[in-house]
Amino acid sequence: MSVLHLVIIAPLLLAIIVPFLSKKIHGLHTGWFVLLLPIVLFIYFLQLIPVMRNQESIQETMNWIPSLGINFTAYVDGLGLLFALLITGIGALVVLYSIFYLSKEKENLSTFYVYLLMFMGAMLGVVLSDNLIVLYVFWELTSFSSFLLIGYWFERERSRYGAQKSMLITVFGGLAMLGGFLLLHVMTGSFSVREIISMASEISSDPLFIVALVLVLLGAFTKSAQFPFHIWLPDAMEAPTPVSAYLHSATMVKAGIYLVARMSPVFAEQGIWLWLVGGIGILTLLWGSINAVKQTDLKAILAFSTVSQLGLIMSLLGVGAAALHFTELDTNIYMAATAAAVFHLVNHATFKGSLFMVAGIVDHETGTRDIRKLGGLMQIMPITFTIALIGSFSMAGLPPFNGFLSKEMFLESMVDILSLNIFQLETWGVLFPVLAWIASVFTFIYSMIFLFKTFRGKYKPEKLPVQPHEAPIGMLISPIILAALVIVFGLFPNILSESIIEPAASSIMPELIAAGQTFDIHISFWHGFTPALWMTIGIITVGILLYVTLPKWKKVYEKLPKKITLNNMYDAGLMRLESSSNKATSFYMTGSIRQYMIYIFIGLISILSFSLISKNAFAIDTSNVAPVGVYELVLAFIVVAASFTILMARTRLTSIIALGAVGYTVALFFILFRAPDLALTQLVIETISVALFLLCFYHLPKLSRKEERIKFKLTNAIIAGGVGVIVTLVTLSAHSTKLFESISQYYIENTAEKAGGGNMVNVILVDFRGLDTMFEIAVLGIAALGIYGMIRLRLSRRKK
Amino acid sequence: MGSNDMILQTATKVVSFIILLFSLHIFFAGHYNPGGGFVGGLLTSGAIVLLLLAYDIKTVANSLPINYRYMIAIGLLFAVGTGVGAFIFDVPFLTHAFDYFELPLLGKTSLHTAVLFDIGVYLVVVGATMTIIQTIGESE
Repeated sequence: MSVLHLVIIAPLLLAIIVPFLSKKIHGLHTGWFVLLLPIVLFIYFLQLIPVMRNQESIQETMNWIPSLGINFTAYVDGLGLLFALLITGIGALVVLYSIFYLSKEKENLSTFYVYLLMFMGAMLGVVLSDNLIVLYVFWELTSFSSFLLIGYWFERERSRYGAQKSMLITVFGGLAMLGGFLLLHVMTGSFSVREIISMASEISSDPLFIVALVLVLLGAFTKSAQFPFHIWLPDAMEAPTPVSAYLHSATMVKAGIYLVARMSPVFAEQGIWLWLVGGIGILTLLWGSINAVKQTDLKAILAFSTVSQLGLIMSLLGVGAAALHFTELDTNIYMAATAAAVFHLVNHATFKGSLFMVAGIVDHETGTRDIRKLGGLMQIMPITFTIALIGSFSMAGLPPFNGFLSKEMFLESMVDILSLNIFQLETWGVLFPVLAWIASVFTFIYSMIFLFKTFRGKYKPEKLPVQPHEAPIGMLISPIILAALVIVFGLFPNILSESIIEPAASSIMPELIAAGQTFDIHISFWHGFTPALWMTIGIITVGILLYVTLPKWKKVYEKLPKKITLNNMYDAGLMRLESSSNKATSFYMTGSIRQYMIYIFIGLISILSFSLISKNAFAIDTSNVAPVGVYELVLAFIVVAASFTILMARTRLTSIIALGAVGYTVALFFILFRAPDLALTQLVIETISVALFLLCFYHLPKLSRKEERIKFKLTNAIIAGGVGVIVTLVTLSAHSTKLFESISQYYIENTAEKAGGGNMVNVILVDFRGLDTMFEIAVLGIAALGIYGMIRLRLSRRKK
Repeated sequence: MGSNDMILQTATKVVSFIILLFSLHIFFAGHYNPGGGFVGGLLTSGAIVLLLLAYDIKTVANSLPINYRYMIAIGLLFAVGTGVGAFIFDVPFLTHAFDYFELPLLGKTSLHTAVLFDIGVYLVVVGATMTIIQTIGESE
C-alpha cells in the first residue's frame, strides 16, 4: 500500500470516523474537521505538478484479485492530476462554503459529510485508477453517493424524484460502460487502460470494437449529462447548493469528460468516435443554452448552462480526436482543440463553482431563487454582485476573464475543422461553427439574465420571504477565491498552460508526442483579428440585441409543445414500467405461501428434468455405493414416518414437533456419515427454528382440514412426488458420474499447510472460500433487517 | 409467559450460562475441531432463545441491552475489514496469515487472522437470528 493509495482511500476512511466525531464534539461545526482533508490532499497533488511537467507519470500497484487481472493500480499522469486538483481544490472550497451554508442545529451534518467524503474518495478513485474494473467500482460509487446527496432533504418529494432520476440514468450508463470495458477485455485480455491503449491499433478492426465504443460512450454521456440524457441534471438541483456546486458543476459531471479524454487514444482512430463525441457535444451545447434562457430559477439556469458547457468541452474533445483519425494532416490545430478542452474544463470549474455559490447565497439571504421575484440586489449585496459579475461575464466569454480565452480557442477550433476535407461547406461539418456560434449567443443571453435579473432592475422586497442582506464573510470566502482565479487565469493564462494544460493534453494524445518532446501551448490574450474574434464581436452584438428584446420573443418558448418533452417521455416510460411490472407481480404474488411453494417446486422439477433429459444425463451406477446398514435404515424409516405425521397431523403443535423430528434425524444422518460440523449446525438450527415456530404459533389461525378440495390435494401430491423422484434421480446421476477429480484432495493436502488449521470445513469457510462466506453473512444481515423492517412497518401501521 | 415457571427459570439460569460457555469453546475450537463462527453464533442465540422462553422479552432486553442490528453491522465490518486489511500488507483481498506464538499461560499457540473473520461471522449470525426472533416476539 503506497501513499497514493492512501490518498485515494483517505476520504473514505475519514467518512467512517466522521459520525463518531460529530457525536463527540458538539460545539464545532463538523465541516471544520472535514475541511482539513481536502486541503492536505490538494497540497499533496500540487507538489506532483513538477513531476508531471517532465512528462513523467507515477504508478503504484496493489493486488486485489490478481488471478482475474483486477488490481488496484493507482496511476497519475497529467490528466489524472488535473482532475485530482479540481476534486480536492474545489472540494476544499465547497466544504468551507458548506460550513456556513448548512446550519449546525437544523441539519443532519454527519450524514452530509459522510456522503460528501464518500463522493470525494470515489471521484479520486475514478480519475486515478488505471484498472477499468476498479474505475467502474469507483464510478458507480460516485453515482451512489450523488444519489444520497441529491436526496439529502429526503422529506421533499422533488428531492427523492431527482435522486431517483439521476440514479436510474447514471447507473444505466454505468452498466453499459461496464459492458464496454468487458468487451475491451475480451479483445485485449487486459483491464489496464495503458495496456489497452498500446494495443489500440490492433483491436480497431475487431467487430466488437464499435460495440465497445458505443457502450463506453453511453457511460460517459449519461454521467456528463449529454443530450438526451441531460434531463437528470436539472432535477439534481434539489440537492443542497454546496453539492450542486461540487458534484453538478465541478467534478462528478466531468467524470464523463474524463472518460472520453482517457479513452480517446483507444477509440479516436475511428471516425465514428469523432462524429459521436463532437456531434453529441455540439448538440448538447446548443440544446442546453437554448433551454437555459427560458428558466426562471437561478439554479435551473445554471444547471442547463452546465449541461451546455459540458457539451462544449465534449465537442472540443471530439474535434481533438480528429488529430488521431487523420494522421496525414497537420495535427497541431486539433491538438489545440484538446488543449482548449482542458483549459475550458478548469475555467468552467472556477466560474461555474462561484456562480453556484452565488445562487446559494441569494437563496440563503432572500429565501427564493426565482428571478421573477428577485431584482435590485446590487446595492444590498455588493460583494455577491461583484462575484456574480465576474462569473457571468466569464461564462458569457467576455474579456478579460478566463472564459473569454477558452471561448476564443473553442471558436477557433470550430472554424479550423472546416479546413479538413470532410468538413467542406457542402457537408455537415459546416454545422459545427454555425451551431457553436448560435449556442454562444444564447450563452451570452442567459449569463446576462442570471446577472441582471437578480442584481439590477426593480427591488421587490414585498415578494421576498426574508429581508435580504449581505452574506456572512465565511460564506463569501470560497466564491471570492474562485472569482479571483477567474481573473488570474484570464490575465495570466500561461500559469496554467505549462503546469497543467500541457501535461493533461499530452496524456490525452500520447501518440502524437515524440519521445523527449513536449507539447507546447501558449495562450495569448490578443491573437489578432481572427475569425474567432469576429465571431465574438458578433455574439456580443446579437446577444445584447436579443437580451434587450427578451420579453418579446421569450413567448416563443410557450408556443412549443409541452407534452412532447424528454422529461415527459421519461416520466411516462417510468410509469409504464411501474404499472406493467406491478401487473406482472400481482399475477404471481398472491400472498399465499402455498402457491409460492408450488411455483418453486414446479420450477425445480421442470428445470432439473429438462436438463437431465436434454443432456441425457441419467446414469445409475451402483458399483460405487456404500452398503446400507441397519442404522441408516432405521433413521430413514424415522424420517419417512415423521414426514407422514406432519401430513396427517390434526394440530399445528404436532406438525411442528414432527418437523423437528425430521430435522434431528437428518442431523443423526450427518453424524453417521462423519460430518460433525454439519450435524452440529443442523442440531442448533433445528432447535432454534422449532423455538421460532413455537413463538409464531400463537399468531397462526387454527388448522382447518376442510379448506382444501380433493383435486387440489391431488396436484399437490403429484408435485410432491415429482420433487422426490427428480431429486433422487439427480442425486443418483450426480453420484454415478465423475467428470473431474474430486476437489477434496486439494483441501486435505493444503488445510494444515497453507491455512494452519485442522478442521477442513471451517478452514474452507473462513479462508479458502472466505469471499463466499462474506457475502453469505451479508445476505443474512440483509434478510434480518428486511424482516425487522417488514414487521415494524406492519406494527406501526396497525397502531395508526 | 406465566410467572409460575420456577423450574424452567431456575434451570435456565444455569443452563444458558453453560451453553454460552460451550458456544465460546466451539467458536474458538473451530479451526481444529468441529465448530466455528457459524455454529458458535447459533449456539449463543440458542442460549438467548432459551432465556426468552423462560422469561419475557422485556426482562431479557433489560439484562442484555444489546442492539442486535448494530451487531450485524459490526460483524460485517469485522469480516470486510479482515479482507481489506490484507491490502496493508500488499497481498490480495482476504488473504489470511497465521503464525505460532509463545503466550503466557497458554504456551505455544497459533494465532490466525482468520479468527477475526470468524468473529465477524459469529456476530452477524447472532445479530441476524436475534433480530429476527426479537422482532417476531415483540409483535405479539
